[in-house]
Amino acid sequence: MIKTDALIIGAGPTGLFTAHQLKIIGLDCEIVDNLDKAGGQCIELYPDKPIYDIPAIPECTGEELTKNLLDQLKPFNINFHLGERVDELKKNENNWEVKTNKGKSFLTPNVIIAGGVGSFEPRRFSPKECEQFEDKSIFYSIKNKKIFEGKTVSIFGGGDSALDWAVELSKNSKVNLIHRRDEFRGAHATLDKVHELQKSGKIELFTKYQLKTVKGNGTLESIDIEHENKEIKNLKSDYVLGFFGLIMQLGPIANWGLNLNKKTVEVDTEKFETNQKGIYAIGDICNYPGKLKLILSGFHEGALAARACFKLARPNEKYRFEFTTSSKTIKERLGVKSD
Amino acid sequence: MAKITYVEHNGNSHTVNVENGLSVMEGAVQNNIPGIDGDCGGGMSCATCHVYVKEEWFDKLEKKLDGEEDMLDQAYEPKKNSRLSCQLTVSDELDGLIVNMPDKQV
Repeated sequence: MIKTDALIIGAGPTGLFTAHQLKIIGLDCEIVDNLDKAGGQCIELYPDKPIYDIPAIPECTGEELTKNLLDQLKPFNINFHLGERVDELKKNENNWEVKTNKGKSFLTPNVIIAGGVGSFEPRRFSPKECEQFEDKSIFYSIKNKKIFEGKTVSIFGGGDSALDWAVELSKNSKVNLIHRRDEFRGAHATLDKVHELQKSGKIELFTKYQLKTVKGNGTLESIDIEHENKEIKNLKSDYVLGFFGLIMQLGPIANWGLNLNKKTVEVDTEKFETNQKGIYAIGDICNYPGKLKLILSGFHEGALAARACFKLARPNEKYRFEFTTSSKTIKERLGVKSD
Repeated sequence: MAKITYVEHNGNSHTVNVENGLSVMEGAVQNNIPGIDGDCGGGMSCATCHVYVKEEWFDKLEKKLDGEEDMLDQAYEPKKNSRLSCQLTVSDELDGLIVNMPDKQV
């Protein structure tokens, strides 16, 4: 069990800056995020899109913003737990006991939910029959490509993941690549490669088709794909891969006894605390009168929530407000020289 | 102002007046119409405001921008007449528009 002053759920811009605020005032923290990298929506949804309303930064992309926030955390030693989703939250006297889906657990007086619109999960195939084959013959990400060797793999999607894996797996497998329209949005070079491999018979390409159903008794045997004009084709398949990007889902947060308003968590505007003592919500996921879903609002909310954490993490100490420009203690924490 | 009818997958239909300049997605969200999420807030980056538009209306709508079709690749059960409702700006010309919602958004 990892003991910490504050656990931050979500490594998006709000979560990252809040870690900075906690460290500045002398608290330690751990960050958990379901994505395999920091940055949240900035890195997952719009890494290349310019943002124009970060104070004092006229223009920067989601990726640059993430990089800068991580740079700002460099003086501190912060543990990230990436690729893990917080599943359980239980009261344990004055602390919260927090468990992730990977079996890690934390004990902390403060839990800060900076979860955006929820955790990112892969978009799944719509036919119900797919569920029984999930993680056996149907996958939304690849952990071990060896299992596909010598097998027939049907890949769905039109982006880079679908194209890259089609090219890669075609070396040792028979690959069907299926997409709902003629145009692909992946890189041109990869698409050229796919067309080459199609000509040499390594990849079979089916456009304007979508998955209709999957068939098999225990193990997957074949799939039906349906053309825009309703024509149906049956393809023998040992494995099916779907690459439709990620979707945000509130997920387990809904089960923690918090006051929810649609997909957001209600908080006060003094501490950004929820209806549960020691649980805060900040950034896009919180809701209060006048809430704006701006990154800068998340920064403000995180700064205040961090001060609220101090009271619960150091009940016998008094918090003293200090400026980074003048505080010797803060400069020590940052590892910079004082004048 | 345009009267817009949102039809849920189960057939429940909601007709509301939406101000010009708002998107069809915002019209749904502001009126608490279930079935359209708009998670990313209209940034064309989540595909949770996906709707189907009947043919007679489909041709009258603003053309798709680059990127909308890419996002629709990721939508739940996209069809030929799929659109992202955040990309449809309400104007008097859309008075009477009917949009159908997919079974779910994710």
